[in-house]
Amino acid sequence: MIISERKPLDELQEAVAPYQNFFLIGCGACATVCKSGGEEEVFQMQEWLIEQGKAVTGSMVIDEACHLLRAGRDLRHHKLAVQEADALIVLACGGGVQSISSQTEQRVIGALNSIFLGNVRRFGQYEERCSLCGECILNETAGICPVTTCAKGLLNGPCGGMEDGHCEVDAELECAWHLIYERLKQQKRPGVFARRVPPKAWSKRRKPGRHKL
Amino acid sequence: MMSQLERQLTAGTFTVTAEVAPPKGTNVAAVLDLAESLQGVAAVNVTDNQGANMRLSALALAGLLQKNGVEPVLQVTCRDRNRMALQSDLLGAAAFGIRNLLLLSGDHSRFGDHPDAKPVFDLDSVQLLEMTAELMMGRNMAGKALDGTPQFFPGAAVNPVVEPFELMFQKVRKKVESGARFFQTQAVFDREGLTRFMQEMAPLEVPVLVGVLLIRSAKMAHFLNDHIPGVQVPAPVVARLEAAADPLAEGVAIARDVVAWARESCQGVHLMTLGYEDRIPEILAD
Ligand code: SF4
Ligand code: SF4
Repeated sequence: MIISERKPLDELQEAVAPYQNFFLIGCGACATVCKSGGEEEVFQMQEWLIEQGKAVTGSMVIDEACHLLRAGRDLRHHKLAVQEADALIVLACGGGVQSISSQTEQRVIGALNSIFLGNVRRFGQYEERCSLCGECILNETAGICPVTTCAKGLLNGPCGGMEDGHCEVDAELECAWHLIYERLKQQKRPGVFARRVPPKAWSKRRKPGRHKL
Repeated sequence: MMSQLERQLTAGTFTVTAEVAPPKGTNVAAVLDLAESLQGVAAVNVTDNQGANMRLSALALAGLLQKNGVEPVLQVTCRDRNRMALQSDLLGAAAFGIRNLLLLSGDHSRFGDHPDAKPVFDLDSVQLLEMTAELMMGRNMAGKALDGTPQFFPGAAVNPVVEPFELMFQKVRKKVESGARFFQTQAVFDREGLTRFMQEMAPLEVPVLVGVLLIRSAKMAHFLNDHIPGVQVPAPVVARLEAAADPLAEGVAIARDVVAWARESCQGVHLMTLGYEDRIPEILAD
């Protein structure tokens, strides 16, 4: 899921300063699970705004804020409250914020920073395992992604900074290539070590991405 | 025409390289003088934003050295440039007459003076070597013919004393397959580790210049251990520096030991003297 966190309050304070009335929008999917934009956080945002002397005309939590048409439909359901607001505050990932901003002429304020595509270890602890590179190498690397979990995204083995299997960039982390090596050894297959891996085709990860079934 | 470095290594002469860093600014006079003053050195490495600290371009300084008659080894890292910029820079290096390259992944930007910079790593060191080989065959990475083919003497780096050894060494093999003609190693302090590495290297028949780092104090040793990726000063060496009345002289003695091991089993040394270049003759003296 998309891991997001609330922006620092001083940044939000500056963003809301010019306006008085707000409509709040949360997301029922990722932002709810990582507790940055669910019912509870929308409510906390409302309390905070009132503390700041602001008013809230209404709020909603969309099932999936990344769904463009559903976001538009839900906005229309709250038409009056939305129109009364000077600005909409969206507690969703950057994709969710843009679902809203593409469906309304009103000022939209994103309240979160989106950080990465994360796996959940336990609540509040997330790990980035995939960076959506468009050309997956996992089948050769014993299911461990070097593109993402090696700090340099190297494809042909560890850098010279690996020390005792740990990463030069963060000694708390195991070097991705050490993990790949150990796992492949355990599986008794050479995997990715059998060949020189050519440079990645970043054209596979076109920006902006589009995909049609 | 071969570079002096290539000639010496091909001839089997014990070969010495040293290194200089470009200035953080445009005052190049001091570093040019320093490079020119180095005695008994086949070539001088020019570091590329070493430790991810922004400095004058290595390519520019290497070009100036070349013009001054000091043979450079241009260090090229993958941290700051994508594959297009790397190819352009290598062609530029060839135009300056630079032959020796040391092709590296590069330290991560997180520890340098621009931690907010976007680390590039579009290629890794193996792919950078392959790209260089491609250029030397008159083609760029896109397979397009070059108007003028560069000739280089490409080298690679290795941390020879690291665990798991086998994991490190598979990359050494890949580097050799990709065209590495020589290795310069990280600083070495461990004789047994070096011996093991050289035994594995023997069948590959690629010359190795052992990294010799002049450590001027115990404090510096601790700093290296805590902050510099890939450099581990073993406890007995730290103890020697701690006990010494003149730690710099002890550092020179430690460096002399490594040079002696290198004379036994390796093809040369790469000296990292960090401001104490005047001690080089002493470090090299038989
Ligand atoms: S290689 Fe890594 S980043 Fe690319 S798709 Fe597979 S898991 Fe994701
Ligand atoms: S130590 Fe390993 S994980 Fe860390 S940057 Fe180097 S190769 Fe990647």
